[in-house]
Amino acid sequence: MKRAKKAVARKKVRRKTAVAKTRARPKKPNGRTAQLRTMAEAGGVHLVDLTQTLSPDFPPIVLPPDMGQSRPFRMEEISRYDERGPAWYWNNVSFGEHTGTHFDAPIHWISGRDLKNNTTDTIPVEHFIAPACVIDCSDEAAEDADFLLSVAHLKAWERRHGRIPAQSWVLMRTDWSKRNDPVAYQNLNKTGQHTPGPDPDCVRFLVNERDVLGFGTETIGTDAGQAAHFSPPYPCHYYMHGAGKYGLQCLCNLDRLPPTGSLIVAAPLKIRQGSGSPLRVFAIVPRVSG
Amino acid sequence: MPGRAARRRAKNPILRTRQPTLPPAARSRVALGLTAAAARGRFALQVCRDCSAVQYPPREVCRACLSHRLIWQPQDGKGELLTDTTLRTAQELYFRERLPWRTGIVRLDGGVNVVAYVHASVGAAPCRVRIEAALDRAGQAALIVMPEQGRPGLSEDPNLREFTCDPRGRKILVTDGKTLVGQAIVQAVAKAGADKIWIGEAEPWKKSAGLEALRALPQAVVVPLDVTDGGSVQELAGEIGGKVDILINTADHHRAFSIAARRGVETAQLEMEVNYFGLLRLAQAFAPVLKARAADEPTNAIAWVNVLSIFALANYPPHGTYSASKAAAFSLSQALRTELRPAGVRLINLFPGPIDDEWDQLEMPPKLAPAALANAVVTALKGSVEDVYPGDVAQDWVARHLDNPKALEREVGEGGR
Repeated sequence: MKRAKKAVARKKVRRKTAVAKTRARPKKPNGRTAQLRTMAEAGGVHLVDLTQTLSPDFPPIVLPPDMGQSRPFRMEEISRYDERGPAWYWNNVSFGEHTGTHFDAPIHWISGRDLKNNTTDTIPVEHFIAPACVIDCSDEAAEDADFLLSVAHLKAWERRHGRIPAQSWVLMRTDWSKRNDPVAYQNLNKTGQHTPGPDPDCVRFLVNERDVLGFGTETIGTDAGQAAHFSPPYPCHYYMHGAGKYGLQCLCNLDRLPPTGSLIVAAPLKIRQGSGSPLRVFAIVPRVSG
Repeated sequence: MPGRAARRRAKNPILRTRQPTLPPAARSRVALGLTAAAARGRFALQVCRDCSAVQYPPREVCRACLSHRLIWQPQDGKGELLTDTTLRTAQELYFRERLPWRTGIVRLDGGVNVVAYVHASVGAAPCRVRIEAALDRAGQAALIVMPEQGRPGLSEDPNLREFTCDPRGRKILVTDGKTLVGQAIVQAVAKAGADKIWIGEAEPWKKSAGLEALRALPQAVVVPLDVTDGGSVQELAGEIGGKVDILINTADHHRAFSIAARRGVETAQLEMEVNYFGLLRLAQAFAPVLKARAADEPTNAIAWVNVLSIFALANYPPHGTYSASKAAAFSLSQALRTELRPAGVRLINLFPGPIDDEWDQLEMPPKLAPAALANAVVTALKGSVEDVYPGDVAQDWVARHLDNPKALEREVGEGGR
């Protein structure tokens, strides 16, 4: 009996020591936690919504009509304080996974189909918050709808703002989201869509040399409008998803983000085997002091 | 500022909107045989199989030999106007509002006397004439005395004009101006004298050269309308619903797939979304206000036109899911017709065969030119019908369908069209 008590006591002590050890040697905080702490200490943060409003008026991706079509956002009323439901208002909504401001999971592209944790339900939760590098291409995109982001642009950006950290979002700011007219936003003519995006070398650089978390744009795709004619076609989808990286598209308010220093919160819906999902994306931005 | 003509045509907003009245609509089941023929623009009477006697009015047994073997047969309608008179008083509200009204008795060459409305162009009795069947505003068959020679339109008679839905002077909504058929219909109703044409445009970012060309028509206005979006349909109904006299639903999603040729249901869903739910959304948004304006002045809501497909009658397996969506739309149109009828708003269905457009590219001729289909729409509106089977393929299919629907199903399934 006594021996047993002693054993328990000894165990308790051991457990206490284990706890004390953990406390004494805290886990190394990941970059996000440290960054949040720095932000809080430096004078607080504000939030910037990077999400377009989901509505039937927001244009969906256009594919040739004989291909399978992504459903645009649609909303049908279930009841609105009426005979169908006297005290409540609600709707049925339907949409493709890649509708409005949305997230692309690696399984979206054939190059990422066999990767681990490549679907919306298996993506590691740590990836839902990550630092952002915002590359301002708004002047170039205003001049040329088919503007392509190149390695030279990235290197010029890095000279001013520092190296793009691994596991960060690279967001291509084009101010394309300010095109409120869906016709101008789609910018289609007989030769297809004309919207800015990255060139193949740029994507290879971000994946291989910088190991980014993903690439985000203000346009309907992470790839340029004419990317079907690139080699490989749709390089951003091909390389990013092939390397287990993500995409964000139809973002807005990128002009309200600093080039570096903000954190992006982007958590897709937990759809089983989902290839992507509309989501609320926002940035945690440090307040500029002084 | 509106011109003087526009002001003269404008409605006095402080007067009550006139409510629709209908001619007497009760018919026996056997008498609906007249209506069934008239709905396709035909004049048919029962003929006795045993003694060949022509029957009128419709009946259960032969007036000559009491045989019950009476079959409906198309008639040429020729005969002699024995006498005519002009009604100047009537108890029925419909006629009371429209007096004077000319009627007469015609001795058909087939040996029966019929009572019929007399077209204004017919001379004084006695004279040779021709009987036509037309649908009145209650949707029932009425017999019309026409001159034996020449083919004056019903619109040329002030009372019989109401038996038509003549597009002249009307305000018309064509729900989709991006299809070749929609564009041809806009051109045709413009030529037929439509006063105003609203042309629906979905997905404005997909430019259509054909639709752009229509903007040049002085009476045309392109409006946003996507029948897959309830909000879009309601918004347009809110803006122009109270002005539309004729709604022509051309919205159509057509993909040529058999069941086996397309995995999944996404294409079939979109076909249903446009062809069936689109019609339902339009019906819920526009039908109530059309009914409310069925006797409005100076112009009134008068017709609803659906461009369906002959594949609604029997499934064409190479376009299997499309056929199903058109069958669903056909079924729903019957409910809509029933709901519109008490107001006297006519629902006209067109059942074309393959159309000479991109989605029927691989179909063998004969194919219906969009312009021919558009002419069929105008002819149907100027006439007095509910069901139109334009073109050779449609005529052939409907004849086979009426003869033996099971046989048609087999023929289509085994040997193409």
